[in-house]
Amino acid sequence: MKPANSLHRFCLTLLAIFGFVAIAFYAALAHDRGQAADAHDHLHHLHSALFAKVPENARMRPNPLQDDPDAVAAGRKLFADHCSECHGRSAEGGKKAPNLRADEVQDATPGALFWIVSNGVVRKGMPVWSKLPEPERWQIVTYLKSLKSADDAARNKVGQQSGASGSNR
Amino acid sequence: MVTYDHYLEEPGNLEVEYFSTFGTQRGGNDFNSYWMEFEYGAKAWWTTELYLDGQSTFGDSTIFTGFRWENRIRPLQLEHFINPVLYVEYEQINEADKIVKEVEGHDVESDHAVPNGVARHDLDHELEFKLLLSRNFKGWNVAVNPLATKNLLPSDPWEFGYAIGASRPLALKASPKQCNFCPENFIAGIEMYGGLGDTQSFGLHETSHYVAPAMAWNLPSGLTLRLSPGFGLNDNSHRLLLRWGVSREFAGFGDVIGRLFGGHQ
Repeated sequence: MKPANSLHRFCLTLLAIFGFVAIAFYAALAHDRGQAADAHDHLHHLHSALFAKVPENARMRPNPLQDDPDAVAAGRKLFADHCSECHGRSAEGGKKAPNLRADEVQDATPGALFWIVSNGVVRKGMPVWSKLPEPERWQIVTYLKSLKSADDAARNKVGQQSGASGSNR
Repeated sequence: MVTYDHYLEEPGNLEVEYFSTFGTQRGGNDFNSYWMEFEYGAKAWWTTELYLDGQSTFGDSTIFTGFRWENRIRPLQLEHFINPVLYVEYEQINEADKIVKEVEGHDVESDHAVPNGVARHDLDHELEFKLLLSRNFKGWNVAVNPLATKNLLPSDPWEFGYAIGASRPLALKASPKQCNFCPENFIAGIEMYGGLGDTQSFGLHETSHYVAPAMAWNLPSGLTLRLSPGFGLNDNSHRLLLRWGVSREFAGFGDVIGRLFGGHQ
C-alpha cells in the first residue's frame, strides 16, 4: 500500500474512534443531567403520566405467576441482573430511575407494571424489556408487588417494637 | 450472529466483544477473521457501535482490514406487532476483509481467494442500510433484515442482501437461584443469510447463501459466549464459516464517563 494511503486510512480510523468516543461522552453527559433532573423533580408527575398511558386491557391482565412459590425469588434475581443498576438494589430508586416502592407503583395493577416493563419508557431512558421472555417479566412484576407487603411487615414490626418499648416505660 | 433483533444496548452500558470467524476456502488458503466491537447505548432508542476488523489467512499474512461505524435507531416508542429499527453503517474496509458479517450483492467465496497483498490495496468506503424487523411470539424471536449497500464511488451499484433468523431461550422462566447452567441462560437459534444481487442484476444469480445454527450462553458474571457453525448452501458459498465470540457488558459506563467530565453527582 502507498504510504499516503496508509496515512489517510490511519487518520480516518482515528477519526472514527474519536467520533465514537465523542458521541459516547456527549450522550453520557446528557443522559446523566437529564435523568437526574427527571428523577428528583418530577417523580410524581412521571408516575401519573406513565400509568395513564397503560391501555385498559393491559391494566386488567392478571399475573399468571401470582401463586408461583418461586416467582418472588426468581424475580428478585432478574431485578438484580437487569433493573437494580438504575432503580437501586432494593428498588428504592436512584439518580436515573424512580423508586419502585412508592405508593403510585405499588398501587398499580400487575398488568400495568407488566406493560411498562414490556414497553419501557424509551424517551425517558428506560429500555424495552420484552427481550426477556413473558414469564420472566411476570416474575419481575411478582417481585415488585411483594415489596409492598415486605414494607408493610417492616412497618408493623417497628410499630410493635416502639409500642412495646412505650408500654415498658 | 448475523441477524439483528430490535433490541438495543441499554443506555449508558458499554459492551465489548471479540468475535472470530474461521472460514474454509476453495482455491486459496483457509482464514481466520476477527473483530473487536464496542457497543454503546447512547440512548434507549439509539445504539452506536465501532468495529475494528482484521484477518489472518493461513500461509499468507495477518492484517488490519478496516473499521465500521454502526448506528441503530428505534423510531417507535412502544412495542408493536412488528418492531422496526433503522440501521446505518459506514464502512472503511479493504477487499481483504473476510469477517462476512453480512453477505451482499454478488459476494462469493472466490472473492476471498485473492492474496492479502493484492486485496488490501482495494479500499471500500461503503454506506450500509438495514431495516431490522423483529417480533416475539411464544418465547421465540423472529427477525428479518433486508439490507442495501452503496459503495461511495458513484459508478458502483447498490447491492442487496438479507438475513432472517429465529431464536429462543431454552427455558422461559428464570430459576430462583444464580446458576451457570440453568436452561434460561442458553439461547438457541438458526439463521439464514445471503446476497440478492445489485441494481444491475438483481436476484440469486451468482450469489452466496448460508444457514447457521447458533447458540449463546449468558453467564451470571456478565460474560456471553456465542458459537455458530455456518454452512454454505451453494457452490458460491464457503463450505464452512465457524463463528465464535465472547462479550462482556460494562453497566454504568456512561455514568463513569459523566462523572469524569463533570456530570451531575
